[in-house]
Amino acid sequence: MHIITLSPFDLSMASILLILLSLLSIQMKLGLARQIIVAGIRTTVQLLFIGFVLKALFAHSEPWLLILIACIMLLAAGREVMTRQKRKFTGWWSMGVGTTTMSISSFSITLFALTLIIKNEPWYEPRYAIPLLGMILGNTMTGIAIGLDRLTQTVWEKRMMIEARLMLGQTWTQAIGDIRRESIRSGLIPILNSMAVAGIVSLPGMMTGQILAGSPPMEAVKYQILIMFLIAGGTGLGTMAAVWMGSRRMFDERQRLSLNRLKKI
Amino acid sequence: MRDRKNGKLDRLKIDSLYFYNIGPVDITLCRSESIGITGPSGAGKTLFLRAVADIDDHSGNLFLDGKESREFQPNIWRREVSMLPSESSWWFDSVGEHFNNINKIWLEMLGFDYTVLKWNVSRLSSGERQRLALLRLLSNNPKVLLLDEPTANLDIKNALKVEKILTIYIVETESSMIWAGHDIEQLKRISERQFIIKKGVLQAMPEASFF
Repeated sequence: MHIITLSPFDLSMASILLILLSLLSIQMKLGLARQIIVAGIRTTVQLLFIGFVLKALFAHSEPWLLILIACIMLLAAGREVMTRQKRKFTGWWSMGVGTTTMSISSFSITLFALTLIIKNEPWYEPRYAIPLLGMILGNTMTGIAIGLDRLTQTVWEKRMMIEARLMLGQTWTQAIGDIRRESIRSGLIPILNSMAVAGIVSLPGMMTGQILAGSPPMEAVKYQILIMFLIAGGTGLGTMAAVWMGSRRMFDERQRLSLNRLKKI
Repeated sequence: MRDRKNGKLDRLKIDSLYFYNIGPVDITLCRSESIGITGPSGAGKTLFLRAVADIDDHSGNLFLDGKESREFQPNIWRREVSMLPSESSWWFDSVGEHFNNINKIWLEMLGFDYTVLKWNVSRLSSGERQRLALLRLLSNNPKVLLLDEPTANLDIKNALKVEKILTIYIVETESSMIWAGHDIEQLKRISERQFIIKKGVLQAMPEASFF
């Protein structure tokens, strides 16, 4: 089986769809024409750029280079988690909660997969490490962002209830327990849903890509199952850790609800 | 601990308490004693109770039976020095799920029977909520009660019943009570000493203001 390489002309053909879409947008006064073109250009430029980075990276399998890329990816994800929060934490914590918990869960799970499951030599071979980390990080990011957003918003809305429970002598973990469980649950729902419909409704992107690139379907499927499990693990652990850390931050050392640790909108 | 009138022991001692722009407050309550706090809306009655319950930050010292508040676990302090907010909160579906144990006599004194425990919280009127929230608080057997307008939603008949139950409670359990409210006559009924918070100062209420 050989891979059909795509020429720039082939991609230009596909881009006609975007041009068509933006023309329709002008016609229907959707106001999206500019956004469609900009998004198309961003996708092309960003992906070409990462293509060059990966090409260079694959040529030199250096652990420090891998760590550098991993850190850049982590910081970008941490920033993304922060911008998705409606009520952010003040100070260092606004980016710290997401970034810390994401790094712990994504890095450890990627390392676990590389050293104990895939067992490639050396473990830091970028061809495996970067895509794996990227998939785990991207999904963990979504889970943490949803979980934290849910946590801070619900605490804000239900502050009277939380304080009433504290006044009755409950500990901070009892007073916020329901909210914490609900936040973790909402962070985990997207990955659980996509696991439930995988193969029936949707063919996951990674697997599709591998098959298009010429892998035997069964190999692609096995990798996809692995990825799904890793993502579920990373999202679950990351969301639990972030919601725990975030909820702890909502209370001071005398277990008082400290809403001044959230930025005003 | 020092002996005070009738040789009773101190229950709650508030020692140069500062909170927000208010202070210093120095009050000592002995066992079975209650005091009334009044003052214009927004003067800080609720803030005072919140500071004593250690639910808001404050400086100065609070002592329960001679032991400083920071020596207690925060939740233990709040269980012993327990605040009833003016608006009650309910987080489970049924009334009964909010109670650990319930005193049947008090329940009947306030006009309920056991079936109330099966009621849905959303069915309760504001007056029923307030009375049940008080019973929920008392079921923890606190040593100090901090009550924020505990009869604001009640008619006079039920308000008198609540006053009676609380008076019995503090005598039987040797608890202390701080009652914040607007009704001076009521405060005089339930407490020997009354205080007023005004412009950041808490002081004993002058006799003249009764007339």
